[in-house]
Amino acid sequence: MKKVFERIYLAIILIFMYAPIVTLIILSFNSSKSRAKWGGFTLKWYTRLFSDQAVASALVNTLLIAVLATIFSTIIGTITCIAMIGLNSKLRSVIMGITNIPMINADIVTGISLMLLFRFLHLGSGFTTILLAHITFNIPFVMLSVMPRVKSLNFYVYEAALDLGATPLYAFRKTMLPDIMPGVVSGALMAFTMSLDDFIITYFTKGSGFETLSTLIYNEVKRGIQPEIYALSAIIFVVVLSLLMIIYRSPNNKVKEK
Amino acid sequence: MKLFKNRQSAFLMASPYIAWAVIFIVVPLAMVIYYGVTDNSGALTFENIARISESGYLKALYRSILLAFISTLICFLLAYPLGMILSSMKLTRNTYLVTLFILPMWMNFLLRTLTWMTLLEGKGVINTILEFLHLPTINIINTSGAIVLGMVYNFLPFMILPIYNSLSRIDDNIINAARDLGADSLQTFLRITLPLSVPGIISGITMVFIPALTTFAISTMLGGSKILLIGNIIEQQFTQVYDWHLGSGLSIVLMIFILLNMIIESVSDKEGGIF
Amino acid sequence: MKKKVLSLALVSAMLVGCLTACGSSAGDGSNGKLYVYNWGEYIDEDVIEQFEEETGIDVVYDMFETNEIMFAKLAQDTSAYDVVCPSDYMIQKLIEKDMIQPINFSNIPNSKNIGDEYFKNSESFDPGNRYSIPYCWGTVGILYNKTLVSDPVNSWNILWDPKYSGQILMQDSVRDAYMVALIKNGYSLNTTNQSEIDKATEDLIAQKPLVQAYVIDQVRDKMIGGEAALGVIYSGEAIYTVRENRDLEYVVPDEGSNIWIDSWVITKGSKNVANAEKWIDFMCRGDIALKNFEYITYSTPNIEAQNNIEDEDIKGSNVAFPDLSTMKLEAYKYLGEQGDKLYNDAWMKVKSAN
Repeated sequence: MKKVFERIYLAIILIFMYAPIVTLIILSFNSSKSRAKWGGFTLKWYTRLFSDQAVASALVNTLLIAVLATIFSTIIGTITCIAMIGLNSKLRSVIMGITNIPMINADIVTGISLMLLFRFLHLGSGFTTILLAHITFNIPFVMLSVMPRVKSLNFYVYEAALDLGATPLYAFRKTMLPDIMPGVVSGALMAFTMSLDDFIITYFTKGSGFETLSTLIYNEVKRGIQPEIYALSAIIFVVVLSLLMIIYRSPNNKVKEK
Repeated sequence: MKLFKNRQSAFLMASPYIAWAVIFIVVPLAMVIYYGVTDNSGALTFENIARISESGYLKALYRSILLAFISTLICFLLAYPLGMILSSMKLTRNTYLVTLFILPMWMNFLLRTLTWMTLLEGKGVINTILEFLHLPTINIINTSGAIVLGMVYNFLPFMILPIYNSLSRIDDNIINAARDLGADSLQTFLRITLPLSVPGIISGITMVFIPALTTFAISTMLGGSKILLIGNIIEQQFTQVYDWHLGSGLSIVLMIFILLNMIIESVSDKEGGIF
Repeated sequence: MKKKVLSLALVSAMLVGCLTACGSSAGDGSNGKLYVYNWGEYIDEDVIEQFEEETGIDVVYDMFETNEIMFAKLAQDTSAYDVVCPSDYMIQKLIEKDMIQPINFSNIPNSKNIGDEYFKNSESFDPGNRYSIPYCWGTVGILYNKTLVSDPVNSWNILWDPKYSGQILMQDSVRDAYMVALIKNGYSLNTTNQSEIDKATEDLIAQKPLVQAYVIDQVRDKMIGGEAALGVIYSGEAIYTVRENRDLEYVVPDEGSNIWIDSWVITKGSKNVANAEKWIDFMCRGDIALKNFEYITYSTPNIEAQNNIEDEDIKGSNVAFPDLSTMKLEAYKYLGEQGDKLYNDAWMKVKSAN
């Protein structure tokens, strides 16, 4: 009996989460522009979407920013986490405190503060400013996931490697890197997700003629929703779903589980 | 420890990030505070911060806190049973299931919100279906209810994930031990499961409450610009009214609230429970 | 491990390569860039392409929703855009704030196509016609759905009729919203009298429960879709919306309304002044103005375009080219910092009311 209730509960929440998305996907094939009428099956919104240059460039911008921000923030975050071992505890806690700010603070305040900075520095606004902003809010997520791994490192192995004549870099690569790698990977994934999904900070730091998917959609919504957007949602959903399937199907994932 | 020759080399290695953090975290915040406590001529003033006491702004702040609180509560009430069910299931199956529940997180935030615009509109999908079934139509678009719905839908995964994590980490042996010592299931839940899941609850609350408190996109899209939240007001100071000083002053107020929220949470965390 | 590092390096190299390639391909063989900032749905997109083809200039085209949003963006950095299309009172503000530059009319020969009366009207906000060249003009009125509204629509008061609760769309723009409430009370839409503004604020707050939403560009889609019965809208949208939904009709209420002109201006910080001049000249060309008019259906001040309109219905349309002498119309003026603050504070009260 309890099992049945549990199943029903799971089903209700799943319906709540997925019914809206399924509706959008259905609407993306509706030839009528109206949301209230079914005008027959069509693929025209998809063809229109693919021929839409603005969407294409927004997509490229979004991915480019997310990938670059992830690479930079992962490198900087990981290096800093390792360096933290050698710092005294006072400095360490100051750094961690500052790093926590962008995570705790409201996105809107982070966005505004960076906008003020970029205006003050006359950095213009567009690709560079958005990238700098994304790296800034991504680093904390990387450090959050790498730090526990670094803390639990066993340094004796590293020292032993040095004693046996390994160069510091070689010893680091062979003894420490494999241990912290899972943290680095999950940090990078988190950074990538955060970057893809961000709207507020991008909104405040973007300049003329530069849109990411989020800001593009926001503009579109204010002008009235076009069915192309439904097609876009459907595609994004299918891509995300299949990516996750691939990740879960890949054999080496079994080891990583928790 | 021989990882670093000395403190200096470690510091050198950390210095790029330290410089980065100072330039992109500390200085920008200082600029918000500077703008918040000065006026157009650059003279020191607390008027920008004090203006939160004007009825319009105060109402918006109150409304933001209220809606964020309701949304967080609903998220918690939905997510906790879910987390318990998921964590009690067999390991092999639940990773897929858990992923299913947090999958919408990877959809674009604005697309998730837009979905509800489409569904809730006067002539939207839900009303069309209701009309077809000869049922009374609902009219909640552009109300606080729609905003709460949007917040819950958007932020629910952020509540599910940490609660599930903390629940699944509880050692079954502890539960069994409690049972062996004669505790009934309610007692086990109240005295073992719930207290042990508090860290997850707290991070879930933070991850839902703060974005809900400060959002402006959800209220614009689902509230028809009729319902202003504090986030909308701050956004408008920068994008429409062009009063950076007032916008910054109100941001300071917002930061104080976030800080308060953090303090309350860390205190309740230390005491080992919020119940 | 090595492989992973290598592939990572490869990916980043590719990205950087693409980045520079993308950047250069846009600039290659072209005559530079032009940053245009215009209202949403305010141009035939083909016209932008045609301009790019004819001149080899790469156009970056952004859209704004209200004059205020445009101003806030420009105030951050006047070099963000080269050519902008604000309304009358905002042009006056931009001139006073020294954010736009005088236009060299000898580089814009097609400006002769713009009717003299429109330049004369522009004198009120741009004395001597030094800074701006008219693009479109019109009035503000009520668009209503004949199947949903049974009463005659001839007064702003209908927007306060409880019968239409939840069926009314108001403009989410401070001046346009206040215009409705001020004129309804018989005040000037440029008033800075505190008690008059207070009365308008009171009325707008009283109206709020009846309002479905405060929107701008969405009025058009929502009215076409039958989502609302009454909406405050610019005259230019009237022809288009009526074409899409025969049940709609546009009226300028008897109490009067606002008449506006949107004109092209060149920003102070513009880095592509020559291209901006080419753009404005292009927009003043008879065939282009006509093309735009047929697409966006906002009244054009371009005499040549007016003469060449083929559709007799539209040419004689009272909506596109109304007889202004029969209407009580007033243009907005820039009210100064103090006036702006009065309106902004009051509008915030309306928007945050319950």
